[in-house]
Amino acid sequence: MSEINNTQPIVVARNLKKSFGAFTAVNDISFCVDKGVCFGILGPNGAGKTSTIRMIYGFSPLTSGDLSVFGLDIKTQSRIIKARIGVCQQDNTLDPDLTVMQNFEVFARYFDLDRKTARERALSLLKLFALEQRRDAIATELSGGMVRRLVIVRALINQPELLILDEPTTGLDPQSRHQVWEKLESLKKQGITILLTTHYMDEAARLCDRLVIMDEGKILAQGSPQSLISEYTGENIIEVAEPEDDLRAFSRERGLRQEDLGHRLIIYTEDGHELYREICGHFTHKSCILRSATLEDVFLKLTGRELRE
Amino acid sequence: MKDNISIRFLRVWQRNLTVYSQNWKINFLPPLMEPLFYLVAFGIGFSGLIGNITYASGQTSYVRFIAPALVAINIMNSSFFENTFSSFVRMYYQKTFDAMMATPLNVGEIITGEIVWGATKAAIGTTIMLTVISFFGLVSYPSGILIILAAFLGGIAFGSVGMLFTSMVKTIELFNLPIFLFVTPMFLFSGTFFPLTNLPLWAQYFALVLPLTHLVNLVRALSFGLFNSELLMSLCYLIVFCLIMFPLAIFKMRRRLIK
Repeated sequence: MSEINNTQPIVVARNLKKSFGAFTAVNDISFCVDKGVCFGILGPNGAGKTSTIRMIYGFSPLTSGDLSVFGLDIKTQSRIIKARIGVCQQDNTLDPDLTVMQNFEVFARYFDLDRKTARERALSLLKLFALEQRRDAIATELSGGMVRRLVIVRALINQPELLILDEPTTGLDPQSRHQVWEKLESLKKQGITILLTTHYMDEAARLCDRLVIMDEGKILAQGSPQSLISEYTGENIIEVAEPEDDLRAFSRERGLRQEDLGHRLIIYTEDGHELYREICGHFTHKSCILRSATLEDVFLKLTGRELRE
Repeated sequence: MKDNISIRFLRVWQRNLTVYSQNWKINFLPPLMEPLFYLVAFGIGFSGLIGNITYASGQTSYVRFIAPALVAINIMNSSFFENTFSSFVRMYYQKTFDAMMATPLNVGEIITGEIVWGATKAAIGTTIMLTVISFFGLVSYPSGILIILAAFLGGIAFGSVGMLFTSMVKTIELFNLPIFLFVTPMFLFSGTFFPLTNLPLWAQYFALVLPLTHLVNLVRALSFGLFNSELLMSLCYLIVFCLIMFPLAIFKMRRRLIK
């Protein structure tokens, strides 16, 4: 029953719903995570990302809907599922009462690993992430970035088949971020399925094979990063600062896909070069740039630009 | 199946033991020193004023009367503080429970591990205290050995109550309330420093509701080697108290932690 064939998805969520009293954090969403992919959940603060993954790692019970992980029902088999998952939560949960090595040993015990296996795995993981020189440090002596990396590494102690990361690189410096990305990519190559939430678009674009963009508990779009860009913004973007009314009129007349932010006009286009020359030629402007569309453009287009929280 | 409490709770207990044994030299000091301070203060400074005291229709020295009460108070403090302040810090500030909840452990096991740890810590402290006061000939053996078991039972009782408060308080400062309203009055009015019969009748009846009264009764009877009906009644009270408070603490913590 717990055997998985290669075609069966690792996570299947159907009409998933999570409410806290009158507030609905996750509102009837469905998605699948296939084996061996890196699946991203993107969304602004309060979109329901954390609530969604908490249900997947058995932390929060579902309000309604169905959720299976490794083909097992989370409602009845959560213990077996949790034993096969590695979780890096949003809060840094490294135990400050213990040294780095003890953290790994204590955590390994929660998964019923013996001391010898725990030590071996801990050492090789610390080496892999270039953290072995801090093995005897007390967790409170470490920098925030190092604690964050250790929480990620600790999630691998049970050799999980599914790794769940809730905003894994928040608070990391660029060097550490790139190291973590590299390691996650090599884990993916080993066949580990990764589920991550983030609001760093560069992170999502680099790591994720598939992603969903959420807002207000709903999935707004899903697909690969590239397909979302093609679908929602087109390949290129022309960004004009302080647009004049004649440019607005021109844009309307041509029926261009655009977003008017007042002090900035954003035009979405497939092949931008021709149009760019035309705009720059006819409507002389201080700043008019042509650039490739990114996931961030898709994100802002779908979730809007108002501040959250 | 979903939230049954298995033997895995020992993993949580073990985590606390690992932390405790790191600082064992500091952790051993309070139960070693505290009874000495009390015995000096009450034995030398106080008992001259009081002389002998009547207990179980016999005369006994004041020091011998209060020594078991000091043990009982230590059991209460040790487990109550462990499952209030210490558990709260682990739950709220350190997110230790959150991390555990993402492993095969469930909330029932986490809380069981915490309460059983509090009781274990109380039993360790009691063993050290007993060793100290036995040097002064204040404990009868072999019945005195059973005080360690009584410490574990009392630890479960007060740890469960502590955990119940932990499930309710919003901030750590609020623990001052149960300490002020629950711990301090018990410390003074549970037949600890004077026989309950010195109190007016209504207060004697009220004291019988307090769990510390029964823990003091139990420990005192054992330290005098008296297996009387009072001992049996107090033992029953504590067992029933645990059977109510322990599941209640787990139930309330589930409601707090499972979001």
